[in-house]
Amino acid sequence: MAQRQTEQDLERRFQARVDAEEKIEPKDWMPAAYRKTLIRQISQHAHSEVVGMQPEGNWITRAPSLRRKAVLLAKVQDEAGHGLYLYSAAETLGTTREELVEALHRGKAKYSSIFNYPTLTWADIGAVGWLVDGAAIINQVALQRTSYGPYARAMIRICKEESFHQRQGYEIMLALAKGSAQQKAMAQDALNRFWWPSLMMFGPNDDESPNSAQSMKWKIKRKSNDQLRQEFVDQTVPQIEVLGLELPDPKLRWNEARGHYDFGAIDWEEFYRVIKGNGPCNRQRLQHHIKAERDGDWVREAMRAYEDKRRGREAA
Amino acid sequence: MACNPVRDRSDKNHSDGNMSKQTIVEYATRLGDDALILGHRLSEWCSNGPFLEEDIATINTSLDYIGRARMFLSYAAELEGAGRTEDDLAYTRDCRDFKNLLINELPRGDFAFTTVRQFLVDAFNLFFFEALVGSTDTQLAAIAAKSVKESRYHLRRSRDWMLRLGDGTEESHRRTQTALDDLWGYTDELFHMDPLESELLDTGVAVDRAAVRLRWEPLVTELIDAATLQLPQPYTLPGGGRQGVHTEHLGHLLAELQFVQRAYPGLQW
Amino acid sequence: MKHMPLFEVFIRSKRGLDHTHVGSLHAEDHRQALEYARDVYTRRSEGVSIWVVKSADIVASQEGDRDSFYDPMDDKPYRHATHYVLPEEVNNM
Repeated sequence: MAQRQTEQDLERRFQARVDAEEKIEPKDWMPAAYRKTLIRQISQHAHSEVVGMQPEGNWITRAPSLRRKAVLLAKVQDEAGHGLYLYSAAETLGTTREELVEALHRGKAKYSSIFNYPTLTWADIGAVGWLVDGAAIINQVALQRTSYGPYARAMIRICKEESFHQRQGYEIMLALAKGSAQQKAMAQDALNRFWWPSLMMFGPNDDESPNSAQSMKWKIKRKSNDQLRQEFVDQTVPQIEVLGLELPDPKLRWNEARGHYDFGAIDWEEFYRVIKGNGPCNRQRLQHHIKAERDGDWVREAMRAYEDKRRGREAA
Repeated sequence: MACNPVRDRSDKNHSDGNMSKQTIVEYATRLGDDALILGHRLSEWCSNGPFLEEDIATINTSLDYIGRARMFLSYAAELEGAGRTEDDLAYTRDCRDFKNLLINELPRGDFAFTTVRQFLVDAFNLFFFEALVGSTDTQLAAIAAKSVKESRYHLRRSRDWMLRLGDGTEESHRRTQTALDDLWGYTDELFHMDPLESELLDTGVAVDRAAVRLRWEPLVTELIDAATLQLPQPYTLPGGGRQGVHTEHLGHLLAELQFVQRAYPGLQW
Repeated sequence: MKHMPLFEVFIRSKRGLDHTHVGSLHAEDHRQALEYARDVYTRRSEGVSIWVVKSADIVASQEGDRDSFYDPMDDKPYRHATHYVLPEEVNNM
């Protein structure tokens, strides 16, 4: 009884701290469900960064100019760095990177469904930078105020670094849109293919998102899925117009009364199909990640063996 | 080579006219190709490294090489004065026109192969660029100064990896020794002086590769020993990179590198 | 398989400033940790000096120590400049 009382006290104190916009730090007491939710969300975020290296990495060796090649390489490297920052944040919650990666490999942990779509043409690299990073930034800007300190700090760092990602993507699209007819068609095709999956990145509608309310109360999430999605649409439509490309959704139009753009219905069946593992590239992405890990086994073993020997020599 | 042994260095660039300019264009192109092709090979590691930290570090090295390639190639294009750009050189030349040394174009192989190649080339680059800093060509000297700093760090990394892999597990030792044996025959080409480079050496533009070898060999030999590896039995492969006679691998690399430019010629990206 | 140890990374962003914690990474030893810190955390020339320390070597105060560690400091307002009321003319002291 006394135990339960204490637990309730702790929980009250925890929520009061969250309500007061104070950050929760690693050594603080926190509800087990808060910890679990955070680990799930941060690791999902980390996996997304790392798996997200693949569709863009797919074009590093084929980038059409040396400048584009260097930029893309630097960008994909940033994604690796961001994955690393996020794994670090997750590790402060008492889990390890191997546990998280293992969960990914066993299909227990998710990553953003957008990365299960293929990058078929160079324009896709533009679309990914512009739309996918654009959507990610909207989400991440909100998360800079998330209640868990290490996660918020990782987000601040990531947002600062990502500022060039979306711009380089848009710059690619701009070059194509102002280029030859073929290039413009390539840009339009990429926009059409990546538009809907980008909208899906914000997750299910609010009334279909069961964990959202609790996450909002804990201030892990700061804005709802639909709010963020609307922000993305409102921000992106004028950018499409500047490119001079056709809108990818006939229902996209300005709603004066709402002060927002209306848009068509999202194909949630597709969303859930991809989430469940049956998108165009799910298996490929996972197998790639697993293979890299396996190929690295002997390297990591060698490192450890060498370190053990070195210490042995030092001790002797 | 029929040339005046007492050339005056100072007026070489000007009075000797196009011939001299053309040789510097060729020299810069060679160095640019070396950097481009190895940078490309390193970039293939992106998302394939043994763990995240190493992925990030390898990409940094790759970025250094690609940056260096851009500097050399844009200098070559500018000096040539034919209106070409770094991208024209990288994306529209065929296999026979690429002048990189063969060691750079070999497929990335496993992590041991990449490590050994980096070690051999990083050590070479450090000494080569330290010498090129003294070039009478100020542009080449400036690129070299930047490359020295980069190479020092690259070598620090690849040396450490040689030790870890050579003196790690039985498997890592075996893989590393195999890579060393396979790569050894390609190292001779690093030190080969042809008439063009000899001429540029006379004018103080180019580096004496034989002198680089004198610094490279002891470092490499010592490290191979420290890594508990065996110095390979000496053997020499034909070489030919400077004449555009490559391995079969380069054509495939170029097919990938140049795909977009070849499929949609003459466009801006 | 057991993973490499975790290291915490601190960076001095420019001369005259303290080293600040920026995050963590995995490495086999200190030397490697330092190199990876350079590659991971200073990609945009964020630093002039790096510290790495094994996470396991950090001794941290505990949430439970809070009362005895920090609260006693709350009753010593005389340590703060604002405690002393001076005439306006010299108040920028």
